[in-house]
Amino acid sequence: MSGVQLNRVTKDFGPVRVIHGVDLAVEQGEFCVFVGPSGCGKSTLLRMIAGLEETTGGQILIEGQDVTDAEPADRGVAMVFQTYALYPHMTVAQNMGFGLKMNGHPKAEIAAKVAEAARILKLEPLLDRKPAALSGGQRQRVAIGRAIVRGPKVFLFDEPLSNLDAELRVEMRAEIARLHRELGATMIYVTHDQVEAMTMADKIVVLRAGRIEQVGAPMDLYDDPDNRFVAGFIGSPAMNFVKARVQGGQVVSPAFAATLPAASPALTEGRTVEIGLRPDALRLSGDGPFQVELAENLGGTTFAHLRAPSGEKLIVQTGQRLDPAGGGSLGLSFDPADAFFFDAETGQRLR
Amino acid sequence: MEGMAGQKSSLTWAVNIAAFLLVLLWTIPTLGLFVSSFRDRDQIAQSGWWQSFSASEQTGFVRSGTAADQVQDGPLYVIEGQATPEGQRLIAWGTSPRNPAQYRPGETADLGDGATLSVAEDGSYRMTSPQPFEMTRGDRIFVTTSAPPSFTTQNYRRVLTAEGLGRAFMNTMTVTIPATVIPILIAAFAAYALAWMQFPGRALLTAAVVGLLVVPLQVALIPLLRLHNEIGLGKGYLGIWLAHTGFGLPLAIYLLRNYMVGLPREVIESARVDGATEFQIFRRIILPLSFPALASFAIFQFLWVWNDLLVATVFLGNTREQLVMTGLLRELMGSRGGEWEILATSAFISIAVPLLVFFAMQKYLVRGLLAGSVKGG
Repeated sequence: MSGVQLNRVTKDFGPVRVIHGVDLAVEQGEFCVFVGPSGCGKSTLLRMIAGLEETTGGQILIEGQDVTDAEPADRGVAMVFQTYALYPHMTVAQNMGFGLKMNGHPKAEIAAKVAEAARILKLEPLLDRKPAALSGGQRQRVAIGRAIVRGPKVFLFDEPLSNLDAELRVEMRAEIARLHRELGATMIYVTHDQVEAMTMADKIVVLRAGRIEQVGAPMDLYDDPDNRFVAGFIGSPAMNFVKARVQGGQVVSPAFAATLPAASPALTEGRTVEIGLRPDALRLSGDGPFQVELAENLGGTTFAHLRAPSGEKLIVQTGQRLDPAGGGSLGLSFDPADAFFFDAETGQRLR
Repeated sequence: MEGMAGQKSSLTWAVNIAAFLLVLLWTIPTLGLFVSSFRDRDQIAQSGWWQSFSASEQTGFVRSGTAADQVQDGPLYVIEGQATPEGQRLIAWGTSPRNPAQYRPGETADLGDGATLSVAEDGSYRMTSPQPFEMTRGDRIFVTTSAPPSFTTQNYRRVLTAEGLGRAFMNTMTVTIPATVIPILIAAFAAYALAWMQFPGRALLTAAVVGLLVVPLQVALIPLLRLHNEIGLGKGYLGIWLAHTGFGLPLAIYLLRNYMVGLPREVIESARVDGATEFQIFRRIILPLSFPALASFAIFQFLWVWNDLLVATVFLGNTREQLVMTGLLRELMGSRGGEWEILATSAFISIAVPLLVFFAMQKYLVRGLLAGSVKGG
């Protein structure tokens, strides 16, 4: 049985359709991350699962139960908001116990569950404080605790870490991952930060403009993207793309002097394609036609920003340190097996 | 650097001084009223309240005794008496209106025909004549006296012990408390619905409520009273509660709705996910968070109802059971409204309760209740 199942789900805001028939199955106990550029509808989709936005068309099932028209409270979901959304006039303990109190649970049970959640999140010393007296990380932990206390079938996180500073974000990321292991609950997590997506997810859903571009495990998306958008979105720095053309059984790119064998049958004669190369698949070699525009030395690695003779920009990851101001020109080499091919018009992967 | 720092501090000074002057300007009338409330009617008529802290000099005349008052003292006929009012010090005196300060205290004036007049420092005069006095009307003695600053609590005693004041105070309370509570109750519900519940015509309804703000209540008084009479409500407390509620509601709904709309959406959504019903959200989340707005409106409404005379005159009777404080004070002041000392005193007595309410509520006005709910809040 899947934890959350979406069947051809659509959402209209007036005349504008923002979610275009999404099909998705999130397995029970899975950590699923919705990722995509801002405005892609990932938060809207999450809010539809929560019941905070009405579903225009299609069906939403949670653990096999149709909840398409159910109230948020009847869906067995708990949500953690980007802005924490704590109740400012209640203490931490009251905040966490609010949901149970509203549903008429006895006091002793509420107290026990709050204590348990506080133990898991190490919030015990803060239980009598008001949210105003907490730091950002503590507030977000309270918000997560509020979700835990309710014992939901599905946890929904709406960019929970984007208001935290970088250090706290790393810490909380680990915390949420640990929580997922401990609770074993289904979690859906929305973020635009691909590092969060790559490190936490069992399954990543890449969305663009209200459509699912690809669903898969993080490394599957990285190693085997379906299209140019996913290839460019997953991975940092992003994949390099150069224009090319299939000529006489070879892929010829003005950027490279060398040609590549047209390994796939989809690479038909005369077709314009784009070659995708990860920065770590490229190697610098001696002198060559690629001008160094800028180099970012990070210590262990360096990102070299190169300009090809054809004018296209390439980023290369290398272990060798370069002058940050750039200057000079270098050669490039790569293993033809590391190259991805995409249709220049549709962006579809040519396998 | 030095210039910048210097500029900033001098500007701060300018701001502080300006603020101080404004506050001073703003409070001086109240201070004047306060001082006046401790002066008697004559003092108010003769000099401004700002002169009340120094001794005041005044010129007047008294008439001496007449022939009937004279006593024979040896060869002389004598009339004695007091030329100055109690508690005032004699500075100078005279016998003619052209020169009312001709003589110093203790000097003797020649009145002709051997008659003399002397006024001693303590204000007692002595008129002597070798012949018996024959006048039937006393001679005028002009005196210039100075009175030390004097204040009296007589006004307060008079207003506070006025007949029916306690009753009027209770009547005002009977009007004010329900007339403050009822509109807040209704307006809070309405404001929540207008701010957070989805229903068709919500924007129009909000606009209509705001539009009602421009209706002057004076035009509604008589039609409303007729309505009350026709439906059998008549003049009474229920009627005035309803009237004040009606007149207060547009502003209340407008204020509260605008405040509630500003509450963070996520907090309400969070409560909804937590399983709170619409009413629970209202009671447990919206109401506590709206307390500053509720308190400020409560203060407005309380003050306005407390000080109201017009609506009370229309919707309540004139009987002792229904007369409110403002009505009673108006009666105390006399029909010509000339008794300023009563006006000033009444103002301070009736200000006491609203002041109490304000100071009780003001901490809620200043405190930001939303701190900590959302990022940056």
